[in-house]
Amino acid sequence: MKLLAMVRDSLRLMVGVPSYQTYVDHMRRKHPESLPMSYPEFVRDRQAARFGGKGSPRCC
Amino acid sequence: MKHLPFAVLGVVAALGLGVVASSRGEEVSALWIVFAAASIYVIAYRYYSKFIADRVMKLDAGRVTPAVRLTDGLDYVPTNKYVLFGHHFAAIAGAGPLVGPVLAAQMGYLPGLLWLVTGVVLAGAVQDFTILFISMRRDGRSLGELIRSELGVVPGLVALFGAFIIMVILLAVLALIVVKALADSPWGMFTVTATIPIALFMGVYTRFLRPGRIGEVSIIGLTMLMLAIILGQNVAESATLAPLFTLTGTQLCWALIGYGFVAAVLPVWLLLAPRDYLSTFLKIGAIVSLAVGIIVLAPSLKMPAVSAFVDGNGPVWKGSLFPFLFITIACGAVSGFHSLIASGTTPKLLANETDSRFVGYGAMLMESFVAVMALVAASILEPGIYFTMNSPPAVVGTSPESASAAVEKMGFAVSAETIAETAREVGETTIISRTGGAPTLAVGMAHVFANAIGGKGMKAFWYHFAILFEALFILTAVDAGTRAGRFMLQDLIGTAVPSFKQTSSWVPAITATAIVVGAWGFFLYQGVTDPLGGINTLWPLFGMANQMLSAIALTLATVVFFKMKRERYAWITAVPTVWLIACTMTAGCLKLFSDDPAIGFNAHARKFSTALERGELLAPAKSLEQMRQIVANDHIDAVLCLVFMAVVIAIAGFGIRACARALRSDRWTAIELPLGASVE
Repeated sequence: MKLLAMVRDSLRLMVGVPSYQTYVDHMRRKHPESLPMSYPEFVRDRQAARFGGKGSPRCC
Repeated sequence: MKHLPFAVLGVVAALGLGVVASSRGEEVSALWIVFAAASIYVIAYRYYSKFIADRVMKLDAGRVTPAVRLTDGLDYVPTNKYVLFGHHFAAIAGAGPLVGPVLAAQMGYLPGLLWLVTGVVLAGAVQDFTILFISMRRDGRSLGELIRSELGVVPGLVALFGAFIIMVILLAVLALIVVKALADSPWGMFTVTATIPIALFMGVYTRFLRPGRIGEVSIIGLTMLMLAIILGQNVAESATLAPLFTLTGTQLCWALIGYGFVAAVLPVWLLLAPRDYLSTFLKIGAIVSLAVGIIVLAPSLKMPAVSAFVDGNGPVWKGSLFPFLFITIACGAVSGFHSLIASGTTPKLLANETDSRFVGYGAMLMESFVAVMALVAASILEPGIYFTMNSPPAVVGTSPESASAAVEKMGFAVSAETIAETAREVGETTIISRTGGAPTLAVGMAHVFANAIGGKGMKAFWYHFAILFEALFILTAVDAGTRAGRFMLQDLIGTAVPSFKQTSSWVPAITATAIVVGAWGFFLYQGVTDPLGGINTLWPLFGMANQMLSAIALTLATVVFFKMKRERYAWITAVPTVWLIACTMTAGCLKLFSDDPAIGFNAHARKFSTALERGELLAPAKSLEQMRQIVANDHIDAVLCLVFMAVVIAIAGFGIRACARALRSDRWTAIELPLGASVE
């Protein structure tokens, strides 16, 4: 992985958003019948998961 | 030959500690302790964590992780280990590792440094690593679920209950730090208030204008924040605006309680998520800059290595080295809260089992390094300034003259002019009794940053930058924590009243939020109105709660090693467990039974109720009603302390029982997913 892409992915994951490309690849491979979420939908979904009670609490 | 570099590091560490320990009177460069700590971390990572990974856990690179087995591109995603390290580190590092070491510096930097380094290597990093390992082998389940399945239903409930109380105390103490930093500081208050409209704008931007553009909106937001800091100076100097942003502690306390409630019921995209971007990126940026600044500038340590206050009579907090130093520094050495994160999102993202060593053990070492930086930032200040800032008003009064006289009596000379000058330099009206650690750290950081960029003229900017960075991530933690507490509570009440579990329904949501905010608000108010500054009471309670959770997590790990029939290695978690139990129980007993009103809750209550009987008023109470309130607060704190101790004893008991059972069994009894667990 390129260093820059790694830094970007890392910063995104710090605020709870994993790689969108990985998600799309996964959906294409495993669930070709269903349409993957768009990027904004994906971010929204991850936001809801992070603060919706299922994500882990952050630390002191 | 491959051991040679590590032998060299060992020499560096020994030399660094030797120089520091043998310094008597003369100033020592901060680099000695930074390099000594870093060398020890590298050696510990190379040898101890490898020993745990290879011999005790037997990590298996060929074994399928939850991220691979359950991959969905959302919660379960195989992730590059460096990317994951960043995520995990950002989740564990917060205000704790920055504040605890600053408070501990009253005993000198050496006791704190030694505990940070040994604590993290033998306890903290071991805990994070083992819990991550245990959760990883069980589909990334949470601490509560892990305890329920390995120890039983009752211990699981006890642990959940404990986690909830810790959350409440944590939120109260964090909010108190913000109150202490922003009271009577129009500049700081303005910049922190400005983060609310900035975050709202960012929320609308990412939702409607340019959906999903996190990086872009963060850059815009951070630029606006910097402008707010610059504008803050004008606000502070304006005769009409400054009074609007000058709030007393009590006013701020109510403002925070109101804010906490509103923020927790607003949609996450509007306020919480954008705030989270700002605070996360600012936190990482500030930590990296501080590290670079200290290494480049190599400031010398002004604080003595060991101060006279190891006897337990320091003004910042009362109590002897054992057990209170080990309670004061929790995060950075060992923090129970991390066990919730190590069993949260991180185990669901590990691409390979062997990555858990780097992510679990490594990220905690990094947090400890941050704590060492905070200790350095506090120790490069003139001790006179440090004690002026961190002593309660009851000790140092409110004028530079009274503070100078009081601190001189402690044995640290500082002139009234220096105190006033320092306040002017950082753009504040006063620095006297700005307790809570954050302002001290901010002065230390401003000192480092101003030396690198801008000189004295920029010191006020850097001070308010540091205050903003701390306040911002504390407020984010308060929002997120209130929300998390609300869900926990809805779950708990929901077991009795099922309709309460509906997280989308308004009535339960509002009720649960109000209860959580009320709970931390209660402790916050108590802290704000405390004559000894509040940090004195709340920080030890928080430290105890945090260490207690850690003892619970390490007990779980010990039980699991017994169940895996690896009991001959169980000491790696059993020894820290015993140590933490010893610390929390001793501290708890002192808090309950000490005759010193500055330490014991009951002694404090007795002092006030005796005065009450005589009809006397003791400061800060201004009426008999307030006197009664103080006595009631003491009793609540004492009960809380008792609950903590009961939880620890209960879990230790359950743990011993589970270990004995596993020992009697002749085979593996840990409930792990089988090796060849089927793929989807």
